[in-house]
Amino acid sequence: MTAPVIELAGVSKTYGDVTALAGADLTVRRGELLAIVGPSGSGKSTMLNIMGTLSRPSAGTVRVDGHAVEDLSDRELSALRAGTIGFVFQSFHLAPGVPAVDSVADGLLYSGKPRAERRRLAERTLRRVGLGHRLHNEPHQLSGGEKQRVAIARAVLGDPPLLLADEPTGALDSRSGAVVMGLLHDLHRSGTTVVVITHDRDIAASLPREVRIKDGRIEHDSDIQAAGRRGSYQGMGT
Amino acid sequence: MSTAAPPRPGRERPRPARLSPADVLRVGGSGLRSRPLRVFLSALGIAIGIAAMIGVVGISTSSQEELNRRLDALGTNLLTVGPGQSFGGGEARLPDETVEMVQRIGPVESAAAVGLTDAKVYRNDHVPATETGGIGVYAADTALMKTLGTEITDGQWLNSANERYPAVVLGLRAAEQLAVHESGPDVQVWLGGRWFTVVGLLAANELVPELDSAALVGRPVAERELGYDGHPTTVYARARPAAVSDVQAVLGATANPEDPSAVEVSRPSDALAAKEATDETLGGLLLGLGAVALLVGGVGVANTMVISVLERRAEIGLRRSLGATRGQIRTQFLCESLLLSALGGVGGILLGIGVTGGYATYQGWPSVVPAWAMSGGLGATLVIGGLAGFYPAVRAARLPPTEALAAT
Repeated sequence: MTAPVIELAGVSKTYGDVTALAGADLTVRRGELLAIVGPSGSGKSTMLNIMGTLSRPSAGTVRVDGHAVEDLSDRELSALRAGTIGFVFQSFHLAPGVPAVDSVADGLLYSGKPRAERRRLAERTLRRVGLGHRLHNEPHQLSGGEKQRVAIARAVLGDPPLLLADEPTGALDSRSGAVVMGLLHDLHRSGTTVVVITHDRDIAASLPREVRIKDGRIEHDSDIQAAGRRGSYQGMGT
Repeated sequence: MSTAAPPRPGRERPRPARLSPADVLRVGGSGLRSRPLRVFLSALGIAIGIAAMIGVVGISTSSQEELNRRLDALGTNLLTVGPGQSFGGGEARLPDETVEMVQRIGPVESAAAVGLTDAKVYRNDHVPATETGGIGVYAADTALMKTLGTEITDGQWLNSANERYPAVVLGLRAAEQLAVHESGPDVQVWLGGRWFTVVGLLAANELVPELDSAALVGRPVAERELGYDGHPTTVYARARPAAVSDVQAVLGATANPEDPSAVEVSRPSDALAAKEATDETLGGLLLGLGAVALLVGGVGVANTMVISVLERRAEIGLRRSLGATRGQIRTQFLCESLLLSALGGVGGILLGIGVTGGYATYQGWPSVVPAWAMSGGLGATLVIGGLAGFYPAVRAARLPPTEALAAT
């Protein structure tokens, strides 16, 4: 059995009176490709933020790559993100006027690798996502699909065990979206754990595992095995 | 009682890596590169403040340097002896033999006297007697030129031959007043009721500005023709540079042993330096204005940084997601603020050097900007940049990553 990359146990998140996530249990094992799907306001973005250690749960425990998030300081969480988690966002987040290779190289800026090494890896990774001919293009010279592939290259530059993609195709037309999804499948095949957050049921259905979330609760998890394992965490949360 | 999931063995706590100094600079500068116009304008605010301060310091230093050079050329070892207030309150007079007494002081290299006569000088004999033009007629020793070091612009100085005859040497302003532009046997002025030939014209000498508006004639002719009583008005003495103070101390008693307090001894180079020093009040005022400009520039930088943080929330969120710690975000914005002000500081120093150089060249001065002013200016900008960037940087670092990412 492969080790879990993410373990959520009884995780809740409340903002004042609003409950964004209520007692979610989820385990993602190394090498999985899964979708977390739900309508807007369902709590899926909150879940992504908690899985990505960008915010802490109000209750419950979170483990990422074996680290208990509640035990780590903000500094240590930053280091965890630098080494373990790659993020892909709907709006790409590429700085204007910065060539693709430099944007991608920034993916390892906070990892302590020297600049020459970062740029060498960035070139290699851009070739890997099929953008070897776009190394020195700036964002305004790239199509939406190409921008998202640059962003993915940045996220997987250091080969993180976990890739979190928040609506990666949300801002793309269907053809570019298909290319990006194909790329995520490729990454999955080469061993990366990929979690895709989406509101698109078709995309969700095309992935090996589908976790449906609604009103802050996990409604359905296609992974029977994971559903079975949840039992071992019962009684831990609130 | 429940237990947390057992810790897995071999899991070290993650430790954030340090950014290399080059990366800190690159990241700090990245925010500046994308907004060149705004950067230019906020740096300009700082630059104007620094340029004003560097300019004020540079110009006053250059003028000081010019004064020093002039004093070096004129010599700071000239002393003057004049009559002070006598004990009774009336105008004192120097004894006739003052020059001889002063010359007897060991370190005195040379001494000479001038004495004011009652005579007046006019352009010609038709000018009304009241229009003296403020020109004084003095009886002068032939040694005066050697003592003062004043240059003759035209003709010659009085000598043992012509001092007996109606010959006159005019100071710069006196010559202008009398419309005399050259010396020569046929250039004459109406002096003390008879014609005197202008044999020489004097250059200006800042140590003895009183001679600029003087007409100088020989002692013998003054005594014979102009009723000069032989009492010197001023005695000039050149002392050996090392002994100036010593000479200054004994000069009063030497010139008038009977009543030393009725003698006024002064060192004209001191007066010249003191005159220059009075300009420092204005310099201080301008320096204060420069400081205010710098402060306003600092507020501009703070404003730019606050806006920059607001606009770049998404970038901050992205960097946090890439693994930047709060400290690294804080450092980034502080570095950006410091770079921004340093840019203004360097620009301001160059501008200040330019202003100083231009003004000094225009005035014919040497151009000097002291190193302490330049390093102080740069230091001040860094302090301003640090202060201006501190609050925005702290705010940027405190921004929760999720909120920052939600900004777009």
